[in-house]
Amino acid sequence: MTDQASRIDFRENSRNASPAVVKATQNSTRTALKKRADVVREFGEERWQELRRAGHEIRLHALTHLDRYLPMLEEKVTAAGGHVHWARDAEEARKIVLGLASQHGVRSIVKVKSMVSEEIDLNPALEAQGIRAYETDLGEFIVQLAGQRPSHITAPALHMTKEEIADLFREKLKIDARPIPEELTEQARQKLRPEFLNAQMGISGGNFLIAETGTLLIVTNEGNGRLSTSLPPVHVAVVGIEKVLPDWESAAVMLKLLARSVSGSKITAYNTFITGVRQGGPKEFHLVLLDNGRSRILADDVAREALMCIRCGACMNTCPVYNQVGGYAYGAVYQGPIGSMLTPLLLGTRIAGGLPFASTLCGACAELCPVMIPIPEILLHLRKRFVEGDLFEPPSVPTSLKALAGAGRFVLGSPALYRFGARLARALQTPLRRGDWLPSLPPPLNRWTSARPFPAFRGDFRHWWKNRPKTRPAKEASHE
Amino acid sequence: MEKVQLFVTCMGENLLPDVLEKMVLLLERLGVPCGFPENQTCCGQPFFNSGFQAEGRRMALGWMNAFADTEGYIVAPSGSCVEFVKHRYPRMFPEGSAEHERAVRLAGRVLEFSQYLVNVLKVTDVGAAFPHRVACHYPCHLTRGLGVRSEPLELLKAVRGLELVPFDESETCCGFGGIFSVVYPEVSKAMMEAKVRHVVESGVEAVVVSEPGCLVNIRGGLQKVNAKARAMHLIEILAEGGAA
Repeated sequence: MTDQASRIDFRENSRNASPAVVKATQNSTRTALKKRADVVREFGEERWQELRRAGHEIRLHALTHLDRYLPMLEEKVTAAGGHVHWARDAEEARKIVLGLASQHGVRSIVKVKSMVSEEIDLNPALEAQGIRAYETDLGEFIVQLAGQRPSHITAPALHMTKEEIADLFREKLKIDARPIPEELTEQARQKLRPEFLNAQMGISGGNFLIAETGTLLIVTNEGNGRLSTSLPPVHVAVVGIEKVLPDWESAAVMLKLLARSVSGSKITAYNTFITGVRQGGPKEFHLVLLDNGRSRILADDVAREALMCIRCGACMNTCPVYNQVGGYAYGAVYQGPIGSMLTPLLLGTRIAGGLPFASTLCGACAELCPVMIPIPEILLHLRKRFVEGDLFEPPSVPTSLKALAGAGRFVLGSPALYRFGARLARALQTPLRRGDWLPSLPPPLNRWTSARPFPAFRGDFRHWWKNRPKTRPAKEASHE
Repeated sequence: MEKVQLFVTCMGENLLPDVLEKMVLLLERLGVPCGFPENQTCCGQPFFNSGFQAEGRRMALGWMNAFADTEGYIVAPSGSCVEFVKHRYPRMFPEGSAEHERAVRLAGRVLEFSQYLVNVLKVTDVGAAFPHRVACHYPCHLTRGLGVRSEPLELLKAVRGLELVPFDESETCCGFGGIFSVVYPEVSKAMMEAKVRHVVESGVEAVVVSEPGCLVNIRGGLQKVNAKARAMHLIEILAEGGAA
């Protein structure tokens, strides 16, 4: 992700979105949202809002006190027999993991679904060293088999139908697969089971890090996280530095918020707590703490709240834009509203400056966000960065566009020119006008009329206001 | 009765003058004298939300100049423009500055039309009659931004003969989004088409869209498919029949 150099063209990507992907995406998100709404209703709307506020406070506190909690975490992990590594960027993180793999003669790895692993492009780096990495989350397994990327942060294969998955299994696994979810799951399980036993290393991300005891917390719904971090002799967890929480009380709040927001469950099926090296578990535990731009985001007092994200995916599920284009249109690891913030923050607005504009600012995301990230506010902040530049980046829009905006402001901002412009628009529209409508307009406004006609510039309210009968004392008028 | 100042909005003035005329007639019929600060143009939201924040601030200064010397509530047929003045203006200028103080004062005076009627005038029945099946779209900035959900419904429920029909995804964005509709026209179109489809499927004769931007978007979409359902501003419904 950090190595990406070319501009992400959301418009082009959205034009190429496959209707099948969009339809499957809509079906999945609708189900997830309904389950979420049901479980929140059962929890109680007021209690839920209290819990969100608590979640917000906890995450913001942790983020603004990393200087306290990260050293505490390191100390506790080390005391529990684990090793802590610090990775400045994706390349350093990959090097650390590859170094550990070569040190232990690793040929085969089982992996727990991890967005950070996608962010640092870990799998291609492992494959390049001849190391096989098996994704063990069912959705991620499917996506890996298809040679794709996840299209959603919690449901990587949500864009695929059971029929497509059965076809994929027949083709890649050479087995007789039918489009029956239970059977497909069992077939994936049969395929993966020996790999859990063969693997010399398990790699995971982490949902949270609990500073007071040095505990890594992983939630999964399939138990694959527990197997991958128990059976292989070495466990490496690559986790963003922003995932740290002060204590177990905070973790309890976050787990309640996360399970309900992701899938509408009261609790995720498997909550795995790993503190250093434990009896019967892997002989070595390595925690790679990844910065990769996060400390820079932290310095930005508006955008930093994006780092509070707990990767529940609710913002994507509810986003009307995401639901019309699917995850791939965002051209990056993180999609939907959270992606439209994180991608330009991580890669810069020169590459991803179009993403903050891929929103109508409708606010549906902020309404659901379990930690109350002010998403539209951060999108506006990034739009400004793209257009005007700020302390973090120079502007990326051409000066011609700026001149145009300045001219527009000059006309619209001057009462006399504004009134003149309105009269001019009414005069100029005549050849294009068909009744009450302007069916097509010249560029760039044809972008509007390609979808629906534009209403004709009509009447003149100011004229009407001046010339209406002035004898309108309220009382009389009300008896008309 | 205290005078209200009309905040006609640039879209309202140029594209929906009939809505404005009906708003004035309705307010006057309810005994509310109206003022019209003639130097008002655009509140600056299109600039600010497109990333041109400096231009947006200059527009805001102009808007504040137009309204600063007036008195009474400032009432607009738009939740989006009201929300911008109410929530954004005070944050545009540093605390302690004269501009900030002025923005805070004005922010306390702006109200969307249905808010003014229901919460200030305490009127829900304006004597309108509209014997038709009607759906209500919830514009994003009005609903989520200003938190106005019940006011339009209370007004609609008091309209004679009007049957309020629920429709699918009534709180989902229609795809207008200001600059969004021009930057990403294909996505905007897909969102608008989904909205139009839900309106048509509900079988209503009219859909209430009390937001100029969304109204222009949805009305155009319905026109494009020759739907029998009409998109109407709440004000247009309240001006129908009865005592209007």
